[in-house]
Amino acid sequence: MDQLRLMPKQRFTDWIERLLNRDFTVVGPIEKHGQFVYDEIRKPAQLVVDYSITALPPKKYMLPAREVLFNFNTQTMEMKPVIEAEPTVIVGLHSCDMHAIKLLDDIQNTGYADQHYQSRREQTYLVSFDCIQPCSPQSFCKDMNTLSVPDNFDLHFVDIGENYLIHVGSEKGETLLEGCMNTWSPGEADLATLDATMEQKWQNFEYRLNVDVSELPDVLGASMSSSLWNDLGEICLACGACTQVCPTCYCFDVSDEVDLDMENGQRVRTWDSCQIDKFAIVAGGHDFRSQRAGRIRHRILRKGKWQYQAYGQMGCVGCGRCGTACLVNINMISTFNQLADEQALIKAEDIS
Amino acid sequence: MNTLIHETLANESIYMPIPARIVDVKTFTPAEKLFRIELPAGFTLGHEPGQFVELSLLGIGECPISICSSPSRTDGTFELCIRAVGKVTEAMHRLEPGAMVGIRGPFGRPFPDARFRGKDILFVAGGLGLAPLRSLIDEVLDNRGQFRRVILMYGARTPEYILFPDDLQRWADRGDVELLTTVDHPTPEWTGNSGVITTLLPKVDFDGRNMIAVVVGPPIMYRFAVPEVLKRGVREANIWMSFERQMKCAVGKCGHCQMHHIYTCQDGPSFNYMEVKDLEEAFE
Repeated sequence: MDQLRLMPKQRFTDWIERLLNRDFTVVGPIEKHGQFVYDEIRKPAQLVVDYSITALPPKKYMLPAREVLFNFNTQTMEMKPVIEAEPTVIVGLHSCDMHAIKLLDDIQNTGYADQHYQSRREQTYLVSFDCIQPCSPQSFCKDMNTLSVPDNFDLHFVDIGENYLIHVGSEKGETLLEGCMNTWSPGEADLATLDATMEQKWQNFEYRLNVDVSELPDVLGASMSSSLWNDLGEICLACGACTQVCPTCYCFDVSDEVDLDMENGQRVRTWDSCQIDKFAIVAGGHDFRSQRAGRIRHRILRKGKWQYQAYGQMGCVGCGRCGTACLVNINMISTFNQLADEQALIKAEDIS
Repeated sequence: MNTLIHETLANESIYMPIPARIVDVKTFTPAEKLFRIELPAGFTLGHEPGQFVELSLLGIGECPISICSSPSRTDGTFELCIRAVGKVTEAMHRLEPGAMVGIRGPFGRPFPDARFRGKDILFVAGGLGLAPLRSLIDEVLDNRGQFRRVILMYGARTPEYILFPDDLQRWADRGDVELLTTVDHPTPEWTGNSGVITTLLPKVDFDGRNMIAVVVGPPIMYRFAVPEVLKRGVREANIWMSFERQMKCAVGKCGHCQMHHIYTCQDGPSFNYMEVKDLEEAFE
């Protein structure tokens, strides 16, 4: 269902106000300490839809950094699940993050479905905004095929000057516009502007990857013994910042917390990182990825090959957040390119 | 009877265990104990050989433990052989019959024992590797007529660390199992074989072409034992192993057990050699 609606920009604030009045939790990019972050909007004026990129991705609304799975009583063995979800509208999502959410949906629903994620996701409304200009010097969405929004939006906004053109992608999206008196049917001139906008935007983005994205899994597959991993391992601080800011990283740790009465407690999951020491250690002490080089290789290959193998979608959506967060400037695009160049060189030598 | 996995999945949270009772504890070695666990009345584990459960001690944590009793010998109770080596397992060793634990599962891909029928079976167990194998060994021996030769090789660190002594005796007494044991470091009283597990292989004459080899032990054992088994003619796809990995969820979500594109908890823990031989992190 892709219906088109037109919303004059001056009516946007009123629409957000109405969502707030309808008991939706509205979240979106706001400015904080010179950066943009996703946070709860209490006044429409806080929302910045023409932002660059948020420091953290929106995954925290479906997979919180810390989440209670269930409460328990150690004496009675009584257990009670904690499934927390409230209707939440995320406004201002960029297409890279939309692709990331699509992958997270796939992962969390494959095999045994995670009810904690599912119930949050069911109550989450995705309102995306089309990217007309590159958002950060680190981003490379055009290369990763994530510059176009995937079909998982409830509403998708395109800025066509004085107005927004809104694609309605689902019944949930329809609900958000219900009775809001802010949208009209677009006319022919509006549709022509939409087409022109969509066509022109591609020229605003550059290709930065030295190979086609379809070749990336093979490039990475052939890179297992590259010396680049050791070079990166030498400088990596194993801090895990890259995985915290990654919109598709979902790994977690589970631990028990007991109250001071030593009887009641909760089992809690928190974000974890494959870049941190002991992530893959087993009880007997054998660590399957004890070296930083091996851990970086694991992360990069998951993003550019293994998740594609497992779920049919690239784990890297080209947002560039990991490169921005990295204290020693390790980033996806230059790692991918160095490996591609390395292999092009080997091939050229083989031929000559 | 309700199977436990049905109940686990019917729970509002896939991460919430079912309460179970410890009904028997047997001390095997200074590090390992055998626990018999009973599910609530009306529930059965419904497992297959090679699967594991998530064992919870509320307030301490949770860890994956392979099920060491066979489906053919299950009566609402099942057994876990546990080495005290971490937070949960050390706390588990302090528990006595009557204590309550939490169980989720069974999880993981079992050994495909139906495909082993009509073949010679070689079991190679190193240390605690005998625990997951015991479930399969009893399953095979309880359907003995469906298999040809059954050879069992078991290696322990020292005589003091030999697991399942009663079962080893029971299997030896049957007369239809070729049982060989060895210890890495013999004591003066030890009269049996000594040396690492691979030293047992040359002692038995067999043709590997119609053989299934099930090799279970620590990573280092795979690196030495699998090449030896291959040399004897066993086909790559006929060598089965069981992998140990860190697991926080057992449902393919937490990421700890990943090897390349594989989740050990979902695609394993049992793998054949052909499936994993090209994965750099499988054995290292």
